[in-house]
Amino acid sequence: MTLRRLVHCALALTVAFAGLAALYLNLGAEFAGLAQLLVYVGAIAILIVFAILLTRGDDTAESVFSPSGLAGAILAAAVFAVLAWAVETSGIVHPAAIPAAPPEPMRSIGLILMHRYILPLEVIALMLTAAMIGAVILALREKRPQPEQIQRSSAQ
Amino acid sequence: MNPLATCLLVSALLFAVGLAGALTRRSAILVLAGIELMLNAANLNFIAFWRFGPHPEALTGILFVIFAIAVAAAEAAVGLALILAIYRHARTSDVSEITEMKG
Repeated sequence: MTLRRLVHCALALTVAFAGLAALYLNLGAEFAGLAQLLVYVGAIAILIVFAILLTRGDDTAESVFSPSGLAGAILAAAVFAVLAWAVETSGIVHPAAIPAAPPEPMRSIGLILMHRYILPLEVIALMLTAAMIGAVILALREKRPQPEQIQRSSAQ
Repeated sequence: MNPLATCLLVSALLFAVGLAGALTRRSAILVLAGIELMLNAANLNFIAFWRFGPHPEALTGILFVIFAIAVAAAEAAVGLALILAIYRHARTSDVSEITEMKG
């Protein structure tokens, strides 16, 4: 987050997402880890790189940080200090035996997703469809008045 | 060290880095990236509490993380489309220069 070039930031972000996916896999959550790998490393990183490439051209800003950047950094450090203090003093006891992960998480995830969580699944599918349509409409919106402008300028 | 506390500390660090990025950078794309990092920190907390909690067979943490990943994907797509639309209009993606929403 402190790198100067946007593309380097995107690369570091991709590495962070991949490391997080590895952490999920290490913790025994295979499905979430693979979903993280597919969605974040595969899709969102590409989206961010494309957005950087499409919005480039005026990278001549004198500073990459906003004017209130120091206050933001101090606030973030304070939030981390409070969170770390809360974790350290929360009295988490080391479990005598770490519970073993369920033997067949994939199968049980599929079953529970189709039985108990069927309504959230449908709702999230609808929301994803609506978000994709909305994103396409937003990205295409300003192209429509161009033919009229061309006709008007040619008429003049 | 306690593995649950280690996961929570990593998650807190990730959240702080994301918050610092969202608060300090000028580029709107990196503000969005910081928000994604904070969402990932929350997901890591869910996974850690699912794994080291008393009922790992309930799978609630994993299900919540999967739904959160779907929501984050939709949010990133819409956010980047908004950034592109604003860039096409204002010719900048600097959040400190975009001061009005009216065309």
